[in-house]
Amino acid sequence: MVPNNNLAGAEQERFLFWRLFFSFFRIGAFTIGGGYAMLPLIEREVVVGRRWLDEEQFLDTTAVAQSTPGVLAINMALYVGYRVAGLPGAAVAALGAGLPSFLIITAIATFLPRFREYAVVTSFFEGAQPAVVALLFGAAYSTGRKALKGRKQAMVAVAGLLAVLWLKLDPILVILAGGAAGAIWLKPGAEAGKQGGAKGAGSP
Amino acid sequence: MPVVLELFLTFFRISLFTIGGGYAMIPLFQKELVTVHGWITAEQMLDMLTVAEMTPGPIAINLATYAGYHAAGFWGALAATAGLVTPSGIIILLIARFLKHFQDMPVVRAVLQGIRPMVVVLIAVAALSVAGSALHGPAAAAILLAALVAAVRFKTHPILLIIVAGVLGVIFEI
Repeated sequence: MVPNNNLAGAEQERFLFWRLFFSFFRIGAFTIGGGYAMLPLIEREVVVGRRWLDEEQFLDTTAVAQSTPGVLAINMALYVGYRVAGLPGAAVAALGAGLPSFLIITAIATFLPRFREYAVVTSFFEGAQPAVVALLFGAAYSTGRKALKGRKQAMVAVAGLLAVLWLKLDPILVILAGGAAGAIWLKPGAEAGKQGGAKGAGSP
Repeated sequence: MPVVLELFLTFFRISLFTIGGGYAMIPLFQKELVTVHGWITAEQMLDMLTVAEMTPGPIAINLATYAGYHAAGFWGALAATAGLVTPSGIIILLIARFLKHFQDMPVVRAVLQGIRPMVVVLIAVAALSVAGSALHGPAAAAILLAALVAAVRFKTHPILLIIVAGVLGVIFEI
């Protein structure tokens, strides 16, 4: 485990849990717009501020978090929390990361229906919806630029497109098929050199 | 099966099969929440996406909490969110404990190389399917194009895009 500050024993432990919670609560509360946006904040908090990890460990953590299923920010919180303070640390960090969302959304979900039919609110949403769709297309585009670097990847994508649109395959099956295709067909090595996949830290 | 349990299991499954962050979950959310379970309508999905983009925290958690709340109140929200984070909990902790170089394993990298293109496709198809509801008219189309350019070319922050678009909606539609 990474050594930290100067207090001793149990006192250190207790403060550690609080610090983990607050750090990730703050990260969760001040990032808007999605998991990847949180990475710089996590870095600032965990590497620079608290010094729980060094830069290389942070990059490792990012790589793991991006290579595993689930919410990116939660994966990061769990991993950092575990490295700092074991299982309880992981739980506390994840709780901190998720709590702001949970509280705010629950509040909004409670009150929004009352205001949703107001003309102003309706107009706002009508304007915002196309922007949200644009963000989705944008996400597809920027993910595509990174993910479709080789011809094989592009072929997998085309096969996936056919599966979704024509065969109406369930998204989960499409993902599993992609993973299988990757394991069988997209071995790293020659491919990795081409796309810079061997650059380490698992950059997507 | 009680709705709360169904919510937990559904979001557990969604989380288990998504790699690549919040946007990658949106297609699965759509399939499960709108089509399979009918907990929300397509229009409501768009609403929730809008709110989820504007509020702090990971998009996926925002969506899960919102959808869960809509389906079954506070306990629904809790079940959905818990379902979303549980696979992470199990997998990450197993990896942290036993597989310290998980991300460097060749088979892992290969699998990810295959999954990522699929994720791109799924997001694009999801975008197409909600585009219908969002494009109420020429003004909406103009906003979509402008937002697309702003996001891709100028890397404008999502929340800025949404707020500006919303304000434009108020100014021109009201």
